[in-house]
Amino acid sequence: MAFSTDVLAIDLEAEAERICARIRHLVSHELKRRGAVVALSGGIDSSCVAALCARALGKGRVFGLHMPERDSSPETLVLSQSVSEALGLDSAVEIITPVLEGLRCYQRRDDAIREVFPEFAEGWKAKIVLGGVGQGYNAYSVVIETPEGELKRQRLPLRAYLQIVAATNFKQRTRKMLEYFHADRLHYAATGTPNRLEYDQGFFVKGGDGLADLKPIAHLYKTQVYALAAHLGVPDEVCRRAPTTDTYSLAQGQDEFYFSLPYEQMDACLWGKNHGVPAAEVAAALGLSVEQIEWVYRDIEQKRATTRYLHLPAQLVEAVEELAP
Amino acid sequence: MDRATVDEARLAITSFIVDNFLFGNKAEAPAADASFLETGLVDSTGVLEIVSFIEERYGISVADDELTPQNLDSVANLAAFITRKQGG
Repeated sequence: MAFSTDVLAIDLEAEAERICARIRHLVSHELKRRGAVVALSGGIDSSCVAALCARALGKGRVFGLHMPERDSSPETLVLSQSVSEALGLDSAVEIITPVLEGLRCYQRRDDAIREVFPEFAEGWKAKIVLGGVGQGYNAYSVVIETPEGELKRQRLPLRAYLQIVAATNFKQRTRKMLEYFHADRLHYAATGTPNRLEYDQGFFVKGGDGLADLKPIAHLYKTQVYALAAHLGVPDEVCRRAPTTDTYSLAQGQDEFYFSLPYEQMDACLWGKNHGVPAAEVAAALGLSVEQIEWVYRDIEQKRATTRYLHLPAQLVEAVEELAP
Repeated sequence: MDRATVDEARLAITSFIVDNFLFGNKAEAPAADASFLETGLVDSTGVLEIVSFIEERYGISVADDELTPQNLDSVANLAAFITRKQGG
C-alpha cells in the first residue's frame, strides 16, 4: 500500500489513557512528587501536556506558569491563560523581562547582531532564519527590520550566530529556573513539553526547556499532539495557532528557524525515515521532489548528530556503579 | 593573504582540525579524503567553524550555495575548493 500521512492517525482516547497512567506512575513512584508544574506558552505542546497532567493527576495537582517577556507575541499570555482557565488550573504570571535585562540577554544578543548590521538599533526587530531545503549544509541568517519596515538579511558568521543563540537561551533557562522554584515549593515535578520532532531533532535548550523531570509527549509526532490536544479540550484558538518560537522580536515560524518544512511534512518525513520508507514514496505522498525528501532525510541525520550533545547527561570518567539507574 | 597550493591547504586545514577539534592529538587527524559527515568528526557547526577559518586565512568569501558537501565535507574537498576559489 502506498505511503500516506494517515500513518500518523492514532486512537486518541486510548493514547490519552496510556499516557495518563504513565504520568501517574512516574510522578508517584519514580519522582515521588505530589503534582506537576507546566510552563504554558499558549502553544499546542505545553497545552497538551497541561491537559494530560490535569487528567492524570487532577486539576488541583497541576500548577501552570505564564512567563512572557519583551519579545513575546501579545497573544501569548491571552492564549496561555485561556488554557489554564479552560483546564481549571491554579497558575501564576511571572514576567521574565527584568530578569533577562539583569542578565543583559537583549544587549548581548543585539551586540552580536551589530557585528553583521552595525546600524541595528534599540527597538528594531530581528530574527534568525534557516537556509531552507537545498543541497548543502544549513547555515543561519539574521533578518532585521528597519523602522521604515525594510527587511535586510545576511548569513551569520559563526561567532555572531553562537552568541545570539547563547543570549536568547537565557529565556528558556530563566523560565526553567522559575519552574523549578514553583516545583520545589510545591513538591511537584517539572514537566518538559517537547513533541517527538523537537525531541529527536534537538530543538530545545540544554538546561532550559530541555530540562525536566518528565516529558509526557516526547514520543508523539506533532500532528498527533494537535489531535490529542483537541481531543482533551484544549481551546480552539490554541489548536489553530501555527507553531512559533515566540523568542525573537520579528515573528518567526518554527519551520524558518529549525525545521526545513512545515511540521505536517516534517512529521511525515520523520515517520518515513524511522520506518524505512523510500524517499520516493514520501515525496509522492507530499507532492515534493525525491531530491527534497532525500535532503530532508540527510538533514534529520545531520541534526541528530549535531544535537547529540544536548541529550547527553554529564559525562563521567568512570561510572559510579552504586548509583546506576 | 595566503595563496594556497592544494598541499598547503590540506596541511593548514588538517592542522586547524587537530588544534581545534582534537586538542592537539595528531594521531586522530582525519585522512584527506575521509568524509566529515560519515566519520562524525566534524558536525555542521564544525563545518561553519572551518568556513570561518578558510574565509579569514585565504581571503575568500563562501557563498550560501557553496555550503555543500562537495566543497566542504573532507580535507581534500576543502583544499580543492579553496584553490578553485583563489584561482577563479
